[in-house]
Amino acid sequence: MLTLITFIPALGALLIGVISRERQALIRGVALFASLVTFALSVWLFFAFDPTQAGMQFTEERSWIPEIGISYHLGVDGISLVLILLTTFLVPLLLLAPWDAIKERLKTFSIMVLLLETAVIGVFLSLDLVLFYVFWEAMLIPMYFLIGIWGGEKRSYAAIKFFLYTMATSVLMLIAIIMLYFNSGLAYPTFDWSDLKNMHLGPMMEFWLFLAFVAAFAVKIPIWPLHSWLPDAYSEAPTTGTILLSALMSKAGLYGLLRFGLTLFPNAAVELAPYLLALALIGVIYGALVAAAQKDLKRMIAYASLSHLGLVAIGIFAMSSLATTGSVLQMVNHGVIIAALFWAIAILMERFGKRGLDDFGGAMSRMPRFAALFLVFMLAAVALPGTNGFVGEFLILLGIFLTKYQLYAIIGASIAILTVVYMLWMTQQVFHGPKAPQVETSSRDLEPQEVALLAPIVALILWIGIYPKPLLERISPSVELLISQAQSRIEQAQEMPQTHQDSQSGATP
Amino acid sequence: MTSLDLIVLLPELMLVGTALFVLLLDLFLHAEQRQWLLWVSLLGVVAAGVANGLIPTQGAPLMQEMIRFDEISKVLNFVFLLGCGLALVLSADYLVRQGIARGEYYALVLLSTLGAMFMGSSVDLLMVFLGLETLSIPLYILATFLRRNTSSQEAGLKYFLLGAFSSALFLYGIALVYGATGTTQLSAMAQEKTSLLLYAGVGLLLVGLAFKAAAVPFHTWAPDVYEGSPTSATAFMAVAAKAGAFAALLRVFALALPPTLADSWTLLVGVLAVLTMVLGNVVAVVQLNLKRLLAYSSIAHAGYLLIAVASAQSATLMEPATSSLLFYLLIYTLMTLGAFGVLLVAEGKGENLSMTDLGGLAIRHPWVAAAMAIFMISLAGLPPTAGFFAKFYVFRSAIQAGELGLALIGVLTSVVSVYYYLRVVYYMYMRPAAVERPVHISTLALAGIALAAVGVLVLGIYPPLVLGWIQQTLSVLP
Repeated sequence: MLTLITFIPALGALLIGVISRERQALIRGVALFASLVTFALSVWLFFAFDPTQAGMQFTEERSWIPEIGISYHLGVDGISLVLILLTTFLVPLLLLAPWDAIKERLKTFSIMVLLLETAVIGVFLSLDLVLFYVFWEAMLIPMYFLIGIWGGEKRSYAAIKFFLYTMATSVLMLIAIIMLYFNSGLAYPTFDWSDLKNMHLGPMMEFWLFLAFVAAFAVKIPIWPLHSWLPDAYSEAPTTGTILLSALMSKAGLYGLLRFGLTLFPNAAVELAPYLLALALIGVIYGALVAAAQKDLKRMIAYASLSHLGLVAIGIFAMSSLATTGSVLQMVNHGVIIAALFWAIAILMERFGKRGLDDFGGAMSRMPRFAALFLVFMLAAVALPGTNGFVGEFLILLGIFLTKYQLYAIIGASIAILTVVYMLWMTQQVFHGPKAPQVETSSRDLEPQEVALLAPIVALILWIGIYPKPLLERISPSVELLISQAQSRIEQAQEMPQTHQDSQSGATP
Repeated sequence: MTSLDLIVLLPELMLVGTALFVLLLDLFLHAEQRQWLLWVSLLGVVAAGVANGLIPTQGAPLMQEMIRFDEISKVLNFVFLLGCGLALVLSADYLVRQGIARGEYYALVLLSTLGAMFMGSSVDLLMVFLGLETLSIPLYILATFLRRNTSSQEAGLKYFLLGAFSSALFLYGIALVYGATGTTQLSAMAQEKTSLLLYAGVGLLLVGLAFKAAAVPFHTWAPDVYEGSPTSATAFMAVAAKAGAFAALLRVFALALPPTLADSWTLLVGVLAVLTMVLGNVVAVVQLNLKRLLAYSSIAHAGYLLIAVASAQSATLMEPATSSLLFYLLIYTLMTLGAFGVLLVAEGKGENLSMTDLGGLAIRHPWVAAAMAIFMISLAGLPPTAGFFAKFYVFRSAIQAGELGLALIGVLTSVVSVYYYLRVVYYMYMRPAAVERPVHISTLALAGIALAAVGVLVLGIYPPLVLGWIQQTLSVLP
């Protein structure tokens, strides 16, 4: 089942490969069909998933490369479940999106998006570290093509910068994975996560391996100060690429941190938590401040995304199951909201041909439907109660407040105000105020099909905002299991004399 | 010489027979019938491959203890024959375009392959030397095969002079080893005591083989020779010379030297590996000429292969190190020949292509461009291509041997390599064509490229297809 979900998009890509590039309608149809089937299967998975059971479900384990101890091991728990759903939900919408830039070379484009979908799903489902790494690196190649072919003016620079930056740290993770294989101290060497999470590492070894993993994940998220590829990649990528980067690939980093960072190296994670929290918090503040200063709409949202993701990372590093549940929910929320925001900017860019903040003004009068939808997205981004952003941020902040890291919660909550300031300011500039000269000529309100495409996103924002229970009841047990396993490992380590760790960390409510 | 010896030598004999037959056949063919030369050569290669697969392995050395036909020889022979056959398929049309599709060319390629096979099966230093020369001399001639072209002449002369020099060093090394141990038998050497003479001899052996493998600092011939030689010869050279050299490194260093020497030679090989990876990858970044780029790329890959050799430090490490080396050689053969195959169809008549000449290839010839992209991604060592698992396996055996530093430098330099490999992809996919260059596509060349591309992809997704077979080699390791 999980194999099907993972590889149907890749099969679709393969099929598109043999279609002549002149037959655009057929290509579009096949791509859409593949992604919709995947979505349908993952919806089925969501309901077939047993929320009362915290561990991995629907596991599939086959031998893959027994010669070097690698198995093909997939499984889904509450955390990966919601992220899969997010992925398969967004991809069909992106394939339907009528952006002009993508009219040419539609064939290559569809292939790349579908391959990327397979890679992202694979990352969320893999339980074998090498399998995970294969999908993890495989995400880079389609993204390189998406940025490099359909991107803006500086696209080649942005594409290669993105590639080298993320790869430089993921190869360190590769070395760490191999080190783990030989140093796990288990009876038989393995790359399997479900065995490795019970291992015992020496403190030094654990520290360095954790650092290598965190480096790889932190670049992908990205966490300050490893974010410098982000503004270039986000603003140069075509809208589809930006959405895939911000909504899905950043989640891969966060997911990796949670799934592998915390469970494999809990002691190092706790030891380093204050530093990582500080970095994430700096990212929250820095992202918000820089976003407020941007004149370019796309760059502004890029930095806003950095700021929001920092908060999600804080929720993960705090080792509290409440905050982490909030983080997982907020991953989904952020994915939905950031996709909507970049989408809205793409619509503005399409109409006006520009994306500078000063190029807009008074668009409300000509685009009332668009303005209303944009308001929903914007309010979700600033976490207004009733939207999904609120539920996630509230859980994170509450969770952190109950740990010893209250200070971070206080600062994080204050920064939320800053977010409101620049978001509202941006909305005001674009939709209200004096009319920009172009408004009369260029603005067209949303076409019905555009509304139809954005409607599912709005529905999701409101649904999660009002009734998050179906998601939370699936996420929460898995997170609790994960955290409690990590904590029992920490306690075991404390019984050994050579480690001195703070027992107060990660008190769960 | 017993009849058993002859049976075991059947693959080699078949190659010699085919080479001689092709030479003779050429005399009786008209110019337009020359493609028969290709088919006959290919038939010989395939027959040798089948024979190689069917003949049972022999544990004991044969031919007055000169040759050993074990599982390692079997795998190596297969790699050499695959490289030879694929190189012939890919270069057939290029040879016709260049007017050098003559019997000598095919015969020389076959004989050179024969030399590599001897290197891979030898258990005596003299046999290694004979194999080395049988491999090299045809390569010198192939490099100058465009004899009216001055750069081809220059390439051949450079290669010959430096190659002869390194052969002399290798021979001197054999002499010193013989002086120290009283034998040239590899198995007898393992029991000998170490002495200064032995150290010096082993050092010279390493230099001679490092030259053939184009490892830094013995690589200086490679870029010029690669650039000047006819591209078809470059493709074959990049694969055959390297595979042969590493086969010999495996036989002499990993499998034969006394364990007491292990510390010193692994250190030396490790230093060579680091130099090779760093220099090969860094210098490749500034190359615009595609053949020079691939030359530096092949230097860099020699570095990764050296890691595998350096990891073979003790009996328990022998098995992963050996099989990672063999696996890497196989994958290297596929992806390098594939990349050269694309060059061969993109090149009209021997003009030296630069990256800009590939502009817009993805629009005009999407399948060729896709194949080239796959080779580049695989050479850079990214999943889901076989290049990733080749590197993964090498790094794994390095870490198992405790060579964390080598593995770290290996992964970091492969990040550097991503830059220049992806630049090729960038020109194909993201740049419009500067000049509309014709691409000389033929069914034969396409079939060769497709075979390599599918091999790289399939082995990237399901490596056990050959890994399992390669790991049988562990049954013969000491």
